[in-house]
Amino acid sequence: MRFAQQLMLVPLTLALASCGGGVLDPRGPVGRAERLILIDATAIMLAVVIPVILLTLAFAWWFRAGNRHARYLPNWEYSGRIEMLVWSIPLLVILFLGGIAWEGSHELDPPKPLISSTPPLEIQVVSLDWQWLFIYPTQGIASINKVVVPAGTPVHFRLTSASVMNSFFVPQLGSQIYTMAGMTTQLHLLADHEGTFQGISAQFSGDGFSDMKFDFVATSAGEFEDWVAASRAQGRVLDEASFVELARPVHARGPATFAQVSRGLFDHIVSGHIVADPVPQLSH
Amino acid sequence: MLGKLTWAAIPFDQPIVMIASGTVGAVIFALLALVTVKGWWPYLWREWITSVDHKRIGVMYMILALVMLVRGFSDAMMMRSQLALAAGGAAGYLPPEHYNQIFSAHGTIMIFFVAMPFVAALMNFAVPLQLGVRDVAFPVLNSLSFWLTAAGVLLVNLSLFVGEFARTGWLAYPPLSEIAYSPGVGVDYYLWSLQISGIGTLLSGINLTTTILKLRAPGMGYSRMPVFCWTALAANLLIVAAFPVLTATFAMLLLDRYCDFHFFTTNLGGNPMMYINLIWLWGHPEVYILVLPAFGVFSEVVATFSGKPLFGYRSMVLATMVICVLSFMVWLHHFFTMGAGADVNGFFGVMTMIIAVPTGVKIFNWLFTLYGGRIRFTVPIYWALGFMVTFVIGGMTGVLLAIPPADFVLHNSLFLIAHFHNTIIGGVVFGVMAGYNYWFPKAFGFTLNERLGKAVFWCWFVGFYAAFMPLYALGLMGATRRMQHYSDVHWQPYMLVALGGACLILLGIVLTVVQLVVSIRARHVNRVGADPWNARTLEWSIPSPPPAWNFARLPVVEGTDAFWAMKQGVGVPAQRAEPEPLAALHVPRGNPTGVMTAFFAVITGFALIWHIWWMVAFGLLGVLAVALKQAWRTDTEIAVPVEEIAAYERRHVRHGASV
Repeated sequence: MRFAQQLMLVPLTLALASCGGGVLDPRGPVGRAERLILIDATAIMLAVVIPVILLTLAFAWWFRAGNRHARYLPNWEYSGRIEMLVWSIPLLVILFLGGIAWEGSHELDPPKPLISSTPPLEIQVVSLDWQWLFIYPTQGIASINKVVVPAGTPVHFRLTSASVMNSFFVPQLGSQIYTMAGMTTQLHLLADHEGTFQGISAQFSGDGFSDMKFDFVATSAGEFEDWVAASRAQGRVLDEASFVELARPVHARGPATFAQVSRGLFDHIVSGHIVADPVPQLSH
Repeated sequence: MLGKLTWAAIPFDQPIVMIASGTVGAVIFALLALVTVKGWWPYLWREWITSVDHKRIGVMYMILALVMLVRGFSDAMMMRSQLALAAGGAAGYLPPEHYNQIFSAHGTIMIFFVAMPFVAALMNFAVPLQLGVRDVAFPVLNSLSFWLTAAGVLLVNLSLFVGEFARTGWLAYPPLSEIAYSPGVGVDYYLWSLQISGIGTLLSGINLTTTILKLRAPGMGYSRMPVFCWTALAANLLIVAAFPVLTATFAMLLLDRYCDFHFFTTNLGGNPMMYINLIWLWGHPEVYILVLPAFGVFSEVVATFSGKPLFGYRSMVLATMVICVLSFMVWLHHFFTMGAGADVNGFFGVMTMIIAVPTGVKIFNWLFTLYGGRIRFTVPIYWALGFMVTFVIGGMTGVLLAIPPADFVLHNSLFLIAHFHNTIIGGVVFGVMAGYNYWFPKAFGFTLNERLGKAVFWCWFVGFYAAFMPLYALGLMGATRRMQHYSDVHWQPYMLVALGGACLILLGIVLTVVQLVVSIRARHVNRVGADPWNARTLEWSIPSPPPAWNFARLPVVEGTDAFWAMKQGVGVPAQRAEPEPLAALHVPRGNPTGVMTAFFAVITGFALIWHIWWMVAFGLLGVLAVALKQAWRTDTEIAVPVEEIAAYERRHVRHGASV
């Protein structure tokens, strides 16, 4: 069983070494804070878990039936001190971790704004079968399967779904949140490095789920303005009719942009004034 | 005439499905033919199918679970091989519409039709024996419970060949599972098979709860019950409290799908999130329904093979009941990412962690049971030690996931998949395997092959680490669950290691069958008496296999580890010196109510799935007729004459039993 233990450590080491792109390689404050909690909590628990594993193996070995040196205590079944100890050790660990959980839950609550001198960029997110729609209400543009933001600017997402439930998740930036039809969730994220990070749906949503991805592009402020201008210049309008058209189920659609978005589109989707037809999965 | 059922329901165009169902059909046909040719039907009907003996029912649950393990594991192998292939631009060999059915079926089958029957098998077999009684409280109901579970199994497997299974994941979250997004019969197969088997489980929970609360050997107060009975009590109380929630939730989804209701739809006032709350209100207690009896098995096994009483019996009982109560207060941790707010998330996070306290206490108590022991390294103790080492890791990752901000990045990832397989394989499966090897000689009178048993253990143990440690790593890299392919080729090596691990576990399953066959062939050599393990509880005081009446004389219990005390000659003076004279007794007669009800339940379920309304009426009438027949039953018991009991006792003593 000793070798099994070494076996356990291998993937953990590998994960730390090659974590490019994952939640251990965050590019923003939310993800970093969450990674810290992960590592701290793991370290605290390993301080108990590793001794328990070693003691299990040690006791089993030492008290094997063939060992004449081991003391046999055939009637030993109670010790007040040990009982005290076995209740207090997990209790203390949990008291400590419970504190982390409670604090962390409040510190990193997704709707809580991030502390920053820059005002947040507003983005509305709609999950469709099987694509992501990003509406920029201030800029008046929209984008499919690609979200561009200036690095260093906090982003305030309001999210909903025009179909089944999905979960909006950019692993390198931190916190995911569900998108649910008829409801709005909120999420604050910030990318402090420029780069392209992959976003996914982390909640199974049907046949096209595996390709329901988007690029989260963090650029310089200038490049962001250029992208907004280019999107505006390109001419397509997203209104009620074109939204219903867009919302038809589609697999692995590439990115696209809209120059103009009709006012209040997001709220109309949330309130159910605009309904995307659920085009069902085909029966086999 | 046949509702939605047409030839199009048979997937002639899918070679994998056709070959699989063809093979299964051929095997079933061969088995039936063999039984017919050999003329075994009367024996099977009389001694097994209509048996209301809790031991036989326990054995049948075990067989059912083992068969379904093979089915559920084939799904696992397909998933692992698909993901080992589908990296970068590759699509693999399973298209999404098929792959999605496979992971949905895998989860559904493994939880409802493998883990549950496994645990039910051990509880049914061992609890009445440990309590020192002659049967469960309601023997016929017990048979009905088993056969309703089997009915669910039949329906789920039928979906492979006729129609399709759900493509929604094993909990069928709406709105995806609503008629608008899943118009096929897949979700209906899922719902009806679980509704039918769920009734069986609920009845079984009532039965065992009643048995433990009302039927115990004279002198066996609560504080003297074996810990396995305590964990079984906790698990069955949870069944009684949680399964009605599941049934009601599914009933509402069925009303949505069949009658255009709007409980969980996205429009007209429906709220899908309500379903997610309700299903986890059942779902979290469910994991404790599975793992608590496994904890009970480990308690028995560690104490027996250490040659010591369990350390901290009262702590153990308290911890079990604390877990039982707390398990109802943590369900929201399955969806911290719904956005319920910091206070709600924080509360459920902390509640979840508190469960780690009694669980930790249990681990420490097993540790101190080993301390000062004289440990015999049999197959069951291998599983127990493997469990202690493995489960603490699963517990650790579980507490990690209970921290809401950590869950925000790990929710629904392969890290989560690794976590719950860590606890369900490392906890439930290891526990069941320990119990299977431990109680097998009691059930059949001969032991299972020790060397093959250890080989099975190593396959599962190493296979588990190889299969799931890479998944922990992949989860941290951002891999989410239920993906049918992925673009990052760096993930592929991990997927290949995981496939290797799954292959090792497959070898373990094959060797389990080999172990069984080898042991049966060597049964005359491996024959043992009443107490092959020098064990501590009452089931080991009676012959192996026990007679239909279990105890010729009801034992008088004067402490914990009642049988150990008897062997030491402590505290049972009168009854040792001059045993009470034997008396004639009654055992319940075999009863076809269970199997007949299940037969009509399958017809009803199938008809409901395919909207064949006349057949629904026929099935329901059948169920009603069977129920009426049972209600007006007259002859329900067989009297066992005292000579037969005495003869059995004499034979048993000649076989060298210790009591």
